[in-house]
Amino acid sequence: MTVGLEHYLVVSAALFALGLFGVIARRNLLILYMSLELMLNAANLALVAFSRFNQSLNGQVMVFFVITVAAAEVAVGLALIVALYRTRRTAHVEDLTTLKL
Amino acid sequence: MSVALADLLFYLFAALTLVCGALVVANPFSRNPVTSAMFLVLTIVGLAGLFVLLHAFFLAAVQVLVYAGAVMVLFLFVIMLLDLKEEERRRIRAFGLVAGLVSVGAIFGIFLKALLETRPGRELPAPTLEGTTAPLGKLLFTEYLLPFEIVSVLLLVAIVGVILLSKREIK
Repeated sequence: MTVGLEHYLVVSAALFALGLFGVIARRNLLILYMSLELMLNAANLALVAFSRFNQSLNGQVMVFFVITVAAAEVAVGLALIVALYRTRRTAHVEDLTTLKL
Repeated sequence: MSVALADLLFYLFAALTLVCGALVVANPFSRNPVTSAMFLVLTIVGLAGLFVLLHAFFLAAVQVLVYAGAVMVLFLFVIMLLDLKEEERRRIRAFGLVAGLVSVGAIFGIFLKALLETRPGRELPAPTLEGTTAPLGKLLFTEYLLPFEIVSVLLLVAIVGVILLSKREIK
């Protein structure tokens, strides 16, 4: 059986599921962030696969934008984490309970 | 490249991506964020290999440059700034683990069911698209010129925002 669109989509779905598991189960802000990156990359893989099998480059341009926005997002998010660590001395979601009733 | 070799490479890169992705989120041997970051690099490399197999050469290069280069360096710098020892003292909460497994099983089941029922790509002709740099650049600077410029503004905003956030106190 030759590798087709479905194979890539299964890999993409599995990677997305892994990222989601990391976001829900882990408690370290940095690892949560890496899991977010995994989910974004899973979406990228699906987009490139669709682009290839749909004979259109639009999907790849979309991935280009996703990568750019993800880079900006990581920079701002990590700066927020550092600022948070400076004031609260923690990088764990369990310790950040200001909004808890 | 022969068809059989391409298939073999697909399984190789897919296994690399998924195994390393699993080790990013749940490593049984180490809960150190540095290990996670290193496995994230390997995941990115596996994804770049998959992009090459999909003939998206430019994106494969950008993926390695931006993610494995820039983003991972940022991650490692921030890990360096924070206290690492604390992570290993924390125990894993059973509720988070169970909730994670249930929701992940549910969403993966939905994805698989959708894939099996629709079977996308079965009737499509053999792909001939080449994602080389020139046509991608042409598309980027004609049809997608406005989004491209907006993204540059977004990057500028991100730079200014990060500098503002990193200052010790805002006057």
